[in-house]
Amino acid sequence: MKVSEVSDALGLKQLNAPDEDREVTGGYSGDLLSWVIGRAAPGDAWMTIMSNVNVAAVGLLADVSMIILAEGVEPDEPLLQKAALNGIGLYSSPMGAYELSWRLKGLLEK
Amino acid sequence: MSAAIHLSYKVDGSDFTGAGTASAAIKRILREIGVDMDTIRRCAICMYEGEINMVIHANGGTADVYIDTEGVKMVLKDNGPGIADVEQAMQEGFSTAKEGVRDLGFGAGMGLPNMKKYSDEMLIDTEVGKGTKVTLIVRFPKGGGDGA
Ligand SMILES: Nc1ncnc2c1ncn2[C@@H]1O[C@H](COP(=O)(O)OP(=O)(O)O)[C@@H](O)[C@H]1O
Ligand SMILES: [Mg+2]
Repeated sequence: MKVSEVSDALGLKQLNAPDEDREVTGGYSGDLLSWVIGRAAPGDAWMTIMSNVNVAAVGLLADVSMIILAEGVEPDEPLLQKAALNGIGLYSSPMGAYELSWRLKGLLEK
Repeated sequence: MSAAIHLSYKVDGSDFTGAGTASAAIKRILREIGVDMDTIRRCAICMYEGEINMVIHANGGTADVYIDTEGVKMVLKDNGPGIADVEQAMQEGFSTAKEGVRDLGFGAGMGLPNMKKYSDEMLIDTEVGKGTKVTLIVRFPKGGGDGA
């Protein structure tokens, strides 16, 4: 399923959407950056409540297909800038990571 | 052929949010010379975790990168407090990171385990009160890069 389809189906707010055709192949939820680096798979949608600039660095390293800021958290300005500069898909949602995760799982299993 | 490329970076100990500069540079260079995606990812992860550790635990340091036809060798060196118990430090979840650092998402105690996981060889040379040197080797896949 494409990033754009996930975004539409979950009603996400677009903060930076450089590659909406990229395939979302799975999901990972977590806020401790080294866990995400170690465990998220390339192509995953990453759900987190972290909103600082390191999120962009970790998203790039883990090569996730999109980052979804959960619980309606607002990204820091440096995060927005880094996401734009590096072509990282950044979205947000008022839903929590749990709800986003099970909805995403439902979408990917369709 | 021996080390065809040698790169050297200073890692600023006061810059939490900017850590990752060396990692990003390595990534770019490896991509330019046509290294496969998986190897690039492994190198970048090792470098990033190493940089973060030098920033949050050792007040900065240096990163030296050697690239030859076999693979990539990264040497991260600092004059920080050193690691008293390396075996304990290598355990998943062990961390001495402070509160403010954890608030940024660091300090999961997974950095050294990640470096071990993504490298082919890892060597920690450390002395309490003197500093730490972490050497990491990531080998290119046999039979040339095929972008796995
Ligand atoms: N360069 C270093 N200098 C001093 N101590 C270090 C260094 N790198 C790691 N350590 C020690 O090893 C522990 C585990 O490191 P790591 O697995 O990266 O987890 P984290 O960085 O999240 O604490 C650290 O909390 C710290 O006590
Ligand atoms: Mg660490």
